[in-house]
Amino acid sequence: MTVPAPRASTSQFDTNELVINMGPQHPSTHGVLRVVLRLDGERVLDADCVIGYIHRGVEKLCENRDWTHIILLTDRMDYVAAATNNLGYVEAVEKLMQIEVPRRARYIRTILAELQRIASHCLWLGTHAMDIGALTVLLYAFREREFVLDLFEEFCGARLTYNSMRVGGLPLDIPPGWDRKLRSFCDLMEGKLDDYETLLTNNRIWLKRTRDVGVISGEEAIGLGLCGPPLRGSGVSRDLRKDEPNAAYEEFDFDIPLGTRGDTYDRYLIRMEEFRQSIRIIRQGLDGLPEGPVMGKVPRLLKPPAGETYHAIESPKGELGYFLVSDGKSTNPYRFRVRPPSFCNLQGLKRLVRGHLVADVVALIGTIDIVLGEVDR
Amino acid sequence: MEAPIAVAAVQDALPGAIEAVSYWVGDWTLIVARERLLEVLEFLKTAEATAFDYCSDVTATDWPPRERRFDLIYCLYSTRLRHRIRVKARVAEDEEVESVTGLWPAANWLEREVFDQFGINIVNHPDLRRILMPDEWQGYPQRKDYPLEGPGELLMENPQDWLRVRNLPDEAADLRSGAGPDSEIE
Repeated sequence: MTVPAPRASTSQFDTNELVINMGPQHPSTHGVLRVVLRLDGERVLDADCVIGYIHRGVEKLCENRDWTHIILLTDRMDYVAAATNNLGYVEAVEKLMQIEVPRRARYIRTILAELQRIASHCLWLGTHAMDIGALTVLLYAFREREFVLDLFEEFCGARLTYNSMRVGGLPLDIPPGWDRKLRSFCDLMEGKLDDYETLLTNNRIWLKRTRDVGVISGEEAIGLGLCGPPLRGSGVSRDLRKDEPNAAYEEFDFDIPLGTRGDTYDRYLIRMEEFRQSIRIIRQGLDGLPEGPVMGKVPRLLKPPAGETYHAIESPKGELGYFLVSDGKSTNPYRFRVRPPSFCNLQGLKRLVRGHLVADVVALIGTIDIVLGEVDR
Repeated sequence: MEAPIAVAAVQDALPGAIEAVSYWVGDWTLIVARERLLEVLEFLKTAEATAFDYCSDVTATDWPPRERRFDLIYCLYSTRLRHRIRVKARVAEDEEVESVTGLWPAANWLEREVFDQFGINIVNHPDLRRILMPDEWQGYPQRKDYPLEGPGELLMENPQDWLRVRNLPDEAADLRSGAGPDSEIE
């Protein structure tokens, strides 16, 4: 019998350190995200995200399609906020071609984008709370999200991938009676938000799990390129709806909630307030909805002049940017690039989890609010 | 259209660094020589008049017949002054570009994606690996000479085999059209 040679002295490596994989098949990673964690006991020393499991080459595909046919591919990136993806893309093309969009179309776009923000935040709230252990909220949040999906279904016939906008306006006007349903949804949602807050905001377990978890300063968040609620949670006032208003946002009155501590709890409070601000914007939009056409004057075949542009909007996750290049000769974009907010926010995970417990990693993935369809494209 | 303060500030402080300035549909772009790229970006980040503290995006464009085929593009934003600018540099396939992760840590993954999709050599990057494609992948998908359908659909398990097959174009075409070795047996 051979005896295995003794290992090198144990002092050469730290026996407390352990490298484990969280994901790609892990319910709290919201899809196929793999996080390689280096642990000392329960404490996280370092983390490395491995992404690309559902990379479909959306950018390459779009470079081989018509400017119009791309809209439905943008649905498949952030599939819980498809209308926002449509909005960013069509506005980027409109900017490149200098197309005027009718005011009514811009209003409806704003309403759809805010409705989408509510749906996306419902999904975030449900899954984030479930990851931390509050399963009830998931059931409630999904119940309300269902109403939003019904409204979208009535508007454009689809529940998730809407293809709901066109370059120059909208394919359809809102159906009769839709505004009334939307109004009653706003009233319902306001009450439900109070219910969610009753469950979580002063809940002692929720506070223990989120207060002072993943604290990041404003300066560091800017450096790391965080955007959306994670950036505003650190007190940086940056919301593209205010800073670079698109659609009809400059005509609306709304507030940008800001955090003070930059922890998971602040990011939670911000998104809860964003729900209310979205409802406020939707109501204003319905009250002031102008009459008129929903489609502007657009050539049948889109062929922007040679040139490039970067257009960013505030998606529920953060800065969603489209960088488009046209060569002026073909009917395809020469270069189609998306600046995905989830991708840039996920980069910050490595910094956020350091020093926290394994259970907090789950909370921190939830607070970043990622959609892997957008991270991997 | 008069150039904004940011553009004028760079032109004053670093004479000769900017090769061209372009303005199109409301966006300003600086075209900079590759050698002076880092110098210009550092100025843009630190100077009072520019203060571009936020790196929105790093990306590239491929223009194949051109000798320096890539355009490397940085989209910058200032959270204090709330303005944007794009900085662009032409890079050849075998040239190296300094990483900007020292200026903006946000560029880390974005530069990895540029390396992954275009194969631009970025030096002094803390962790330059592929990010969206598998580590053992050959070729750079976003280049214009990379086929849309990928290197083939034969052996999904091993990308190395894909490339072996690709080097024998006729045989690979036969296999794809169903007229491969199997059909010869019949």
